[in-house]
Amino acid sequence: MTATMDALRAEWLKLRTVSSSPWLMAGVVALTVGVGAAVMAANKCPAGTGCLEDTTKLSLTGTQFGQAVVAILAVLPVCDEYSTGMIRVTLAAIPRRPAVLAAKAAIIGGLALVAGGVAILGSLLAARLVLPGQGAYAADGFRALSLADNSTLRAAAGSVLYLGLVALFSTGLAALIRDSAVTIGVVFGALYLFPIVAAFVANPVWHRRLERYSPMAGLNIQATTGLKDLAVGPWAGLGVLAIWAAVALLAGGLTMALRDA
Amino acid sequence: MTSGSITRDRPGANHPAARNAGAAFRQVVRAEWIKFASVRGWVIGMIVAALLILLFGVFLAGNASIGCGPTLSGAACLPKIPIGPGGEAVTDSFYFARQPLSGNGSLTVRVTSLTTMIAAGGGQASPVGQGPRNPLANMRKGVEPWAKAGIIIAASTRQGSAYAAIMVTASYGVRMQYNYVHDTAGLPGRVSPAAPRWLRLTRNGNVISGYDSADGKHWLLVGTASLAGLPGTVQAGPFATSPIYNKVQPFFGGASIQSGPSQATAVMDDITRNGRWPAASWTGDDIGGRGNTPGTGVGYFRQSGGTMSISGSGDIAPVVPGPGSFYPTTSIEQPLMTIFIGLIAVVVVAAMFFTAEYRRGLIRITLAATPNRACVLAAKAVVAASAAFVAALVASVIAVSLGVSRMHAEGQFVLPVSTLTEVRVLVGTAAMVAVTAVLAVAVGAIMRRSAAAVTTAIVVIVLPFLLSVAVLPANAANWVLRLTPAAGFAVEQSIPNYPQVTSIVSPAGGTYPLSPWAGFGVLCLWVAAALVLATVLLRRRDA
Repeated sequence: MTATMDALRAEWLKLRTVSSSPWLMAGVVALTVGVGAAVMAANKCPAGTGCLEDTTKLSLTGTQFGQAVVAILAVLPVCDEYSTGMIRVTLAAIPRRPAVLAAKAAIIGGLALVAGGVAILGSLLAARLVLPGQGAYAADGFRALSLADNSTLRAAAGSVLYLGLVALFSTGLAALIRDSAVTIGVVFGALYLFPIVAAFVANPVWHRRLERYSPMAGLNIQATTGLKDLAVGPWAGLGVLAIWAAVALLAGGLTMALRDA
Repeated sequence: MTSGSITRDRPGANHPAARNAGAAFRQVVRAEWIKFASVRGWVIGMIVAALLILLFGVFLAGNASIGCGPTLSGAACLPKIPIGPGGEAVTDSFYFARQPLSGNGSLTVRVTSLTTMIAAGGGQASPVGQGPRNPLANMRKGVEPWAKAGIIIAASTRQGSAYAAIMVTASYGVRMQYNYVHDTAGLPGRVSPAAPRWLRLTRNGNVISGYDSADGKHWLLVGTASLAGLPGTVQAGPFATSPIYNKVQPFFGGASIQSGPSQATAVMDDITRNGRWPAASWTGDDIGGRGNTPGTGVGYFRQSGGTMSISGSGDIAPVVPGPGSFYPTTSIEQPLMTIFIGLIAVVVVAAMFFTAEYRRGLIRITLAATPNRACVLAAKAVVAASAAFVAALVASVIAVSLGVSRMHAEGQFVLPVSTLTEVRVLVGTAAMVAVTAVLAVAVGAIMRRSAAAVTTAIVVIVLPFLLSVAVLPANAANWVLRLTPAAGFAVEQSIPNYPQVTSIVSPAGGTYPLSPWAGFGVLCLWVAAALVLATVLLRRRDA
């Protein structure tokens, strides 16, 4: 128990004292809120018919971009240890290698949840400020986004979890690949490949498959309307991402255990 | 940077140092090439990039199957698509009141009105042969901007034959159009009984000239068309047609497209024929088969006294890809739509090509050997660009040739393009990948750290693409594709955005807001800016 606490404390100390971590966390918030606000500002409710669209999902669009910074936040602490040789010191101090990865994942995941929480709350706040200016009036059946609303609460909390899972997924891949540039390329590829390819694939069977088994299927947690039309339900989608993250962590842990550092 | 260093770096062309500089640069390129080729991971990275482009391209070509209705797909959705004189796929459906004209001659009419009807309530265009019995009953008055009526001289009544026409349009004034892709503006303004338009076509050998006039006395030449191989006897007379109308309604997070057929009806009088017109009267003809596909399926002309009213539906124009086009077609660049996946691999390799020097301290040896730092950056850019170009070109050529034959095998209609255009698409795509590699090298020199460099390069080119394909509404997406480095993807587009066809610009449908080379130019400007910044920083900072 104390060994686990020690590993956690060591990783926390390392991460806390790296100057890039707070900047990257600020980047998660800025990019998520900024892109979300920009996308909301670029959309207008059609006159007369009201805002029947999924405004909750729209206001959280920035998550798709904030996740890129979350990935970097997760990749750097692992890959930098390998590029500087620090990993040999770490493993000499804590010879139980899976414990090292677990501690790293816990700390990184925690940071991602904190940054994600601020980012998602910021996005919802931005929505309350921006949406009324875009023709979303209460008279047309638009309800201001509120966490008291069950589906909005689910979307917001789920988005924070989503960012945490993206961090775990990236941590696992980083332990597997070890090089920061290649890892970031692979993480971005895995995240963004599915939705873009799906946009071009007209074949309905493949389109559905790409939407269903994608790591970004986790973003279905943001949907508050049209749940029946989703390729995979909100919580099941988050489950898909959780499986991707678990597999990545497992592969990373095995690599760490079996390969020389 | 002092002025002294500028003279040292840029000797005059006749100076012996200039000749030596060329040889020295070749040496640096060679050194950088050896570095690149001797790192196994980078070579593998480029091969991986090529394989990703190839595999996803062929996958996409095999799964872009078109559909119409719940059960039909592939060839079953396609009517026969005519091919125009330039080899392009065309829509050629209109109502034609024609007479043969032997040898040279001319035809003049006065158009006093043009009205259009559109399908009530929008509604989707019906699949071929499944339209309602009496389409006009469901239509209401509305404006289809490219509804057109006027006079036409056509080589024959076969679809896709050579023609020249002068016409009034609902919203774009008088136009002279010929051979489907050419379009010239004449008098502006809407036609009405108070503001009629006189139109004239004159045939002289293979040359057809179009004139317009607002008073029947003062004529202006709108344009001339040279139609190769025009037969001695041509078909000439009034025509009317009106394309499928598209109404795009943007909403939060997307856009809905309403489309349906439209119908144009024009009233003409003062019909004057000059030359040899052997027939006694006008013959009405549904060009495009019964039902002027695409269109309402209704066309007619009526004469009373010297006045003719003529009504038709369809279009005389090139077929364009994308949503809103009547024909569910695809284009040769379809297998290249997933190029961004290969691009990520190229960006990783190219960025590391520079950042690895900093990680290992090799940069100090490199700069000791070649003190001209701009020269090192240029050499690295040349090597990365060449490797990326070759990988992307080989992958694109194979992906397109395999992909197109797969699309044909699935019964899809691949819009034909000239060999020159195909070469432009393939070489342009490879050049786009190569230039992106240069961007990554420059960003690597600016950032020095792989993670930051790779992230920046991906964020500036791939994320705007994602944003415009899958997130933003059409008009915001088009601005993203005009201003960001992702504009470079436009070089893939093989069928131009014809102004005389209302098409919906959407990158997911394969159309971009900028022309291919303009988009490529925007990317090049970004790369040039990155190179300048990288050069300045390389010179200013200690390695």
